[in-house]
Amino acid sequence: MSKVRVLVGTRKGAFTLTSDGKREHWNVSGPHFAGWEIYHVKGSPADPNRLYASQSSGWFGQVIQRSDDGGETWAPVGNKFIYEGIAGTHQWYDGTPHPWEFKRVWHLEPAPGDPDSVYAGVEDAAFFKSTDGGQNWQELPGLRGHGSGPRWQPGAGGMCLHTILPDPGNPERIFIAISAAGAFRTNDAGQTWQPINKGLFSEYIPEPRAEVGHCVHRIAFHKSRPDVLFMQKHWDVMRSDDAGDSWREISGNLPTDFGFVIDVNTNEPETVYVVPIKSDREHYPPEGKLRVYRSREGGDEWEALTNGLPQSNCYVNVLRDAMAVDSLDKCGVYFGTTGGQVYASSNGGDTWAPIVRDLPAVLSVEVQTLE
Amino acid sequence: MIRVYLPGHLRTLAQISGEVELEVNGQVTQRSVLDALELRYPMLKGTIRDHVTGQRRAFLRFFACQEDLSHESPDAPLPDAVVSGAEPFLVVGAIAGG
Repeated sequence: MSKVRVLVGTRKGAFTLTSDGKREHWNVSGPHFAGWEIYHVKGSPADPNRLYASQSSGWFGQVIQRSDDGGETWAPVGNKFIYEGIAGTHQWYDGTPHPWEFKRVWHLEPAPGDPDSVYAGVEDAAFFKSTDGGQNWQELPGLRGHGSGPRWQPGAGGMCLHTILPDPGNPERIFIAISAAGAFRTNDAGQTWQPINKGLFSEYIPEPRAEVGHCVHRIAFHKSRPDVLFMQKHWDVMRSDDAGDSWREISGNLPTDFGFVIDVNTNEPETVYVVPIKSDREHYPPEGKLRVYRSREGGDEWEALTNGLPQSNCYVNVLRDAMAVDSLDKCGVYFGTTGGQVYASSNGGDTWAPIVRDLPAVLSVEVQTLE
Repeated sequence: MIRVYLPGHLRTLAQISGEVELEVNGQVTQRSVLDALELRYPMLKGTIRDHVTGQRRAFLRFFACQEDLSHESPDAPLPDAVVSGAEPFLVVGAIAGG
């Protein structure tokens, strides 16, 4: 029988939540790396026992942990993230040049076919790769050296590369997103990159339709259809049907189109989930009601999913890496909040229940479907 | 034998209980002590000193013999009491944050 393992990164450690395929009863393990910020934990598609975790702290910097037994035991691997060549400058909040400085790893993305290959998205934004299980890291400097780098600027959370989407059918093609630079695509395994932000409109930047400078919060696709991308931007929910060459808005009837997460149902490529957040000034659900919104038409028409979610006095946030879907039928949907709850739905979002309620603030949620 | 006392998070990371005792060849300085520490516990590289600059991380301090040595040269000799093992070399995390 199938099992699921939910990997949760929090402000004060990592947790693993496991259940059988019914997803009714859960075992909670953790905290692992207690007291450290765990920005992300993710398993390899090629070997589900191979997990990578980004562990960091304002005192001690960055550590990368690796597990080869599904999270039972962990060992630190390489933590040396050095920018290639002259680091150069990007824009600071006030528009002045600011040196590129490594701060932390936001996202670890194991490559689809090889458990020893893993990508890292870091702050200040850059793209790194390891081919030896995380022992050594090399920057692929073509992204930062694209030419627009000096115009990139941090969002409120820092200038982070937070989304990495390798095309499962084409190892040469990868999509990434940076706050606040925008989305980029490589067609040559990271050697060269192009911005893919045509159609985005951000009225908070000097040129609202600029090539770069957009605060993209998250991108998602269905693994069978990587040319169709869904984006939660700072404001606006967007869709591309041509691998990012152009975008159109699909916010439709959402109560607010500000938010962080977006994901796609594993069994229904046109079913998309977002969690609307009131505004960039008030990072909590509108009206104090925690609602996931689902579109079954690939956007524009959205329905509120509320069954099992708090519908009064709820003022949590759901951060950009804190939603995931499993690959069971019906699709399981999971998200974590800054209030420490991890909610799960085992029926594509029709009903929800908390797996845990009182963790530290949740930074990331990933899920593995295990045979 | 040089005695080094680390913050709890770094002891956990390196799976150390209590103090570390190190043999240091040559002059005993902050740099030579930390080099010896990182040689024995490579997972501590980058957690006390920056990988690139080698500078002390901002929220850590170095103490010994009731003195703050954080702003001393990394190549300055450590006090005799540290060299003799009578006193430990302390790596201390700032009391800050939540």
